[in-house]
Amino acid sequence: MANVAINPTVTHEEKLIEDYGYDDHFHDHHHGDKYQSNFITTYIFSQDHKIIAKQFLITGMFWAIIGGLMSLVFRLQLGFPEESLAWLKPFLGKWIVVNPESGMGSLSPDFYYALVTMHGTIIVFFVLTAGLSGTFSNLLIPLQVGARDMASPLLNMMSYWFFFLASVVMFFSLFLSTGPFSGGWTAYPPLSILPQASSGSASGMTFWLISLVFFVVSVLLGGINYITTVLNLRTKGMNMWRMPLTIWAFFITAIIGLLSFPVLASGFFLVMFDRSLGTSFFLSDIYIGGKALEHVGGSPVLYQHLFWFLGHPEVYIIILPAMGIVSEVLAVHSRKPIFGYKAMVFSMLAIAFLSFIVWAHHMFMSGVNPFISNFFVIFTLIIAVPSAVKVFNWISTLFRGNIRFTAAILFAIGFVSMFISGGLTGIFLGNSAIDIQLHDTYFVVAHFHIVMGVAAFFGMFAGVYHWFPKMYGRFMNEALGKIHFWGTIIGAYLIFWPMHYTGMAGVPRRYYRFDTFQAFSHFDELNQFITIAAIVTFAFQLLLVINFFYSIWYGKKVTEKNPWGATTLEWTTPIKPGHGNWPGKIPTVQRWAYDYSKGGRDFIPQIEPLAEGEKDEAAH
Amino acid sequence: MAATDTAMDPHVDAHHHENGEDWSGGKEPFRISYGKLMMWYFLVSDAFTFAGFLIAYGALRFSSPSWPVPDFVFKTAPFGIDNVPLGFVTLMSFLLIISSVTMVRGVQEGHRENKKGALIWVLLTALGGLGFLSCQAWEWTNLIATEHMSVTRNPFGTHTEHGVYLNPDGSESKETFINGKGYLIHKFDPAHAGGESHGEGHGGEHVAYEKGDHPGYFMDAQGFVHRKFKVTEGADAGKVKMEEFGPRAFGALFFFITGFHGFHVLTGVLILLIVAINIASGLYVERRNGYEMVEKIGLYWHFVDLVWVFVFLVFYLL
Repeated sequence: MANVAINPTVTHEEKLIEDYGYDDHFHDHHHGDKYQSNFITTYIFSQDHKIIAKQFLITGMFWAIIGGLMSLVFRLQLGFPEESLAWLKPFLGKWIVVNPESGMGSLSPDFYYALVTMHGTIIVFFVLTAGLSGTFSNLLIPLQVGARDMASPLLNMMSYWFFFLASVVMFFSLFLSTGPFSGGWTAYPPLSILPQASSGSASGMTFWLISLVFFVVSVLLGGINYITTVLNLRTKGMNMWRMPLTIWAFFITAIIGLLSFPVLASGFFLVMFDRSLGTSFFLSDIYIGGKALEHVGGSPVLYQHLFWFLGHPEVYIIILPAMGIVSEVLAVHSRKPIFGYKAMVFSMLAIAFLSFIVWAHHMFMSGVNPFISNFFVIFTLIIAVPSAVKVFNWISTLFRGNIRFTAAILFAIGFVSMFISGGLTGIFLGNSAIDIQLHDTYFVVAHFHIVMGVAAFFGMFAGVYHWFPKMYGRFMNEALGKIHFWGTIIGAYLIFWPMHYTGMAGVPRRYYRFDTFQAFSHFDELNQFITIAAIVTFAFQLLLVINFFYSIWYGKKVTEKNPWGATTLEWTTPIKPGHGNWPGKIPTVQRWAYDYSKGGRDFIPQIEPLAEGEKDEAAH
Repeated sequence: MAATDTAMDPHVDAHHHENGEDWSGGKEPFRISYGKLMMWYFLVSDAFTFAGFLIAYGALRFSSPSWPVPDFVFKTAPFGIDNVPLGFVTLMSFLLIISSVTMVRGVQEGHRENKKGALIWVLLTALGGLGFLSCQAWEWTNLIATEHMSVTRNPFGTHTEHGVYLNPDGSESKETFINGKGYLIHKFDPAHAGGESHGEGHGGEHVAYEKGDHPGYFMDAQGFVHRKFKVTEGADAGKVKMEEFGPRAFGALFFFITGFHGFHVLTGVLILLIVAINIASGLYVERRNGYEMVEKIGLYWHFVDLVWVFVFLVFYLL
């Protein structure tokens, strides 16, 4: 087995792979070549999971910038309703209505609603689902379980291109003369069904539906692949309890997506019928201009049930990958094993299970039976238990760790902070009695932005800073990364913390302006403050974009395979892994993923066999 | 597709299971290939799609005060058969179930690497699927063209009281009905002088109806003849009422859900035909995983059958 002549340039890890690795003769068959034979198959229609990950990431960044800019425009309206927005006319055209006499330019209310809707749709689906789970599931699953690629590289490629198609359709809808869809990202009927309901309900909604159906296909193709790869393509020795928490998170996320997105698709197909064939699945007794519509017998609440059966699991589809990334980054950079590995896995499984039986807590005020609400309140509050277990474990992992304050771990710690702050307000909102006051106010906006918006972004940033060397063979600039972190965490709290107060005072979300409400006039300055904070925080995100693209070509080069000193398999590949990930044998796994600061050593890679008398940590 | 995919599986070589040691991760947690595993996961997600539809069906049906009686709606069949409740749909379902049996045989012959046998049984399965689709086409044609049901209009109603029909002149007829009996609102077609265009099955007397409100009936603008009747029991006893259209969700749900299922069957038939061509061409003889494609389409086919059992249950039996 170990007949290889010892070459002094062979590192410890390389020798371990050579000695204990598993020869699958992958490179004897030359099938790597047909994947990367020319520019198009290498970079565009690539079937290589690492390229597909980058495609997801960069498309996600594109959408994040658009979605973020949209929020700035409507924040300008909310913070400064009296100021002229005429300077935006070159960008937004007819959506800025300029008064010919005063020269005052104001944002069209229709477009305000379109911006709010698109901001939600884009960030939730395109950035934090595709951009986060799509990127890191693709990059890390094959690398960390020790596989040459996904189970089906072809379906994997199709998953990206369906997402791309969804993106193109949605992007196109931004330029429709009637504007993109404007009925809220949840697309409740009747606004989503009656084309005459608002300007965005016409073609805008048609495009929105088509785009999201493509998106569902993308998620399903990706999810089927992720699950199969994790279950079937793990390398020798990689049993489930030796998987890094990232893989557990992506695996559970894919299962949730596989079970919830099809139900959303059911709802969308029924909406399509209502829109184009005149059925009445979701409509009943609607009067327009005193005249009753033909639609009778349907139920708008039924749509809400179908939507939130996806919609609630969706927030865990967003946050679980971030949790997995954070667990990994915290352990690596604090040089400690993750605290409570199995508790982390079981709490993720518990969260995943509970996420399917709490959806109606989004509908307490939609006319569902109050006695049914009891059920949903109880299970919603129970989610606090596994969430608290995870938070406790993260903090315990940091406790007395030998922490290296890299940009990655700063964002991971920021994630924990955000998750605690936003999670606490979730306990308020999960209570159906308190929800009577708080529903549809800025309290809700503050809650979900902190707990699943900003937090998930923090997880994503932590992942980008941590795995950038694996993706591009260069480092991102750490100093810029740290400035980016402090600007973002302070800015995010400045934006969303005050919203709790406006929300508790009853300021409703989604309103175009508040100057007719005397009661809210003392929040004018606060609203201006939030808007300025949002602009500054957005500006800090440009640091990431600049840092990212600059570092791809000019960043400091990675000179050793394992720059962070991590135990997991992805750092045993070459600095720039080619197709098939490992040049020779596939490494086999001998121990769990978190042997940091053990037996006097800084870390022990997963590929190193257990020493005499040493026990595998995962086994107990 | 399968050829490129399996190339990525690092464990398809004969090297695994060497020494019979514990694999502990790695290949085959369920002892099946990744291709079949992916088909299973797709079917799980598809089951959730259908579950979404059937839950919508339940929600809309039970929020409706009445619902058409399946034994009354589905009692016609081709060749003038007009009073065999659920007879035709039984034939349809039988064809689909039998095609599952032929599918099992196809998979079996695939395992035996019997090219000819696999081809025959797969083709027979496709034939069964086509038969089912043809029956569905007739059923839809009958409902749409003859009985004038559409996604927005449902002429099948159900009486919620006991009563007696009136003759066109307003006098009481001998035709009585009980609470829960189904009725069909016929469309009067003046082109067929003295008759009704309802054709098969839901006969009535041949009277020349006219538009507007009449003592014994009301003919609406589209030509639907709503018969009037006198309630004979209950709080409204003695009142004259008129047949109303049934809950329109019935038509919409019926066409939507059976259509979505029919689309699955159609897809299945097309894939079966492609598989048949591949069997005939000898493609699976060369492939490393042999006739696995037959197994995968087999899984799909049984799933489509299983879904039909639920669709059949909610639309035709309950």
